[in-house]
Amino acid sequence: MKDLLSRTLQTSIIFLVVGGILVLAFGGFFSSASNQLTGGFVSAQTWFATRYQAIQQFLAAPRDIATLRTRNTELEAQVAQLQAQVINLQQAVNQTQILSALVNFSRTNPENSYVAASVIGRDPSPFLHYVIINQGSNGGIQRGMPVVTSDGLVGRVDAVIADAARVQLITDPASSVNVHLKNANTDAMLQGSVTGDLSLDLISQDATVEPGDLILTSGLGGGFPPDLIVGQVVNIHKLPAELFQQATVQPSVDFSRLQIVLIITNFQSVDVTPLIPTTTP
Amino acid sequence: MRNAIALPLLGLAVILQSAIVSQFSLLSGYADLLLVILAAWALQEGVTTAFHWAFLASIMVSFASHLPWFIYLLGYCGVVFLALALQRRVWQAPLLAMFSVTFLGTLFMHLLSFAYLRLSGDNLPFSDSMGSITLPSILLNLLLAIPIFGMMRDLAHWVFPSMEER
Repeated sequence: MKDLLSRTLQTSIIFLVVGGILVLAFGGFFSSASNQLTGGFVSAQTWFATRYQAIQQFLAAPRDIATLRTRNTELEAQVAQLQAQVINLQQAVNQTQILSALVNFSRTNPENSYVAASVIGRDPSPFLHYVIINQGSNGGIQRGMPVVTSDGLVGRVDAVIADAARVQLITDPASSVNVHLKNANTDAMLQGSVTGDLSLDLISQDATVEPGDLILTSGLGGGFPPDLIVGQVVNIHKLPAELFQQATVQPSVDFSRLQIVLIITNFQSVDVTPLIPTTTP
Repeated sequence: MRNAIALPLLGLAVILQSAIVSQFSLLSGYADLLLVILAAWALQEGVTTAFHWAFLASIMVSFASHLPWFIYLLGYCGVVFLALALQRRVWQAPLLAMFSVTFLGTLFMHLLSFAYLRLSGDNLPFSDSMGSITLPSILLNLLLAIPIFGMMRDLAHWVFPSMEER
């Protein structure tokens, strides 16, 4: 009986002590001591964890780098492929836009029949303004046929072989085109130059020409069909002592960016050379 | 037999000249790839076929150009002649000879073209031609001169291997 009482008393005291400690711990009375204790544990665990991670990374790294390198190579190849695709698509979009403009042009001028050609080169001599196109006699192209874009007159076919032709641009120094100034209702002659600039000559002194006037082909001389847009007047040089006025012209076609052109195939140019009188001694 | 490389090389040069080099213009002038190639080839030691190359080049380029073949033939043969003459005098400074031939050769070629076009009746003011075409072309040709000279030197070593290599 006495033993039972003492055991119960011991158990109660242990419970009371443990409970007291717990109450004191939850009450925050052991915080400084527990902080030091847990701090030591956390520091030790951190030290071991970082060392373990470092060793793990060291052991696993070669395999990861090899995998990453392979993946990187694959992705680089994919990026290069996609970039090539983007460039191709941009080219296709550009070509589609040009072709769409040319189709619109041919629809608005249904009286002519056209053959489209790509510009594949330029004359090797910088003194000459000629381009080479990828359509020739096999495509029905003949010498003298006018060449246009949706923006206006480009030039005329100068020489033809089976699958290519050479086109003399209107900016060539040897080129001259009979034109009509729409607003002034007068005719003039358009001439190219060595620098690629266009100028108008033989404008009557009576004509009232102003900057911005539209210039169209007149059809005189039989070299080009009438009413093809050539450009606009930029400056007028009028001197009372001169027989004619002169003007500088802004062409409607950007000759530095020629990519696709249309050849008017149902126009037969007239060779007027035999009609030009020659001087006899 | 290795001289047959002239055919594909000059053919490729004509294509590049017409399709690409002519697009890179400075004012209104652009480089003459064939002229620089011929000048560089003629300046190489042991080359005996420079005039043959000039003949081939002038025939090929006249297919693409409105200028007649004999203008190119005269011009390119003049460049080769100039190169051979200079090679003997400034043989110790090949790059100097290359620059001199490029400069004088371009000038000669352009004067020849100018004279022909003027005689044909084209309206070409001399000052415009010099300022907008010839001088920029000379500059572009000089820029091309160094890389082309290096390439042609390697080609000459391949076509004409020295006695030790044989």
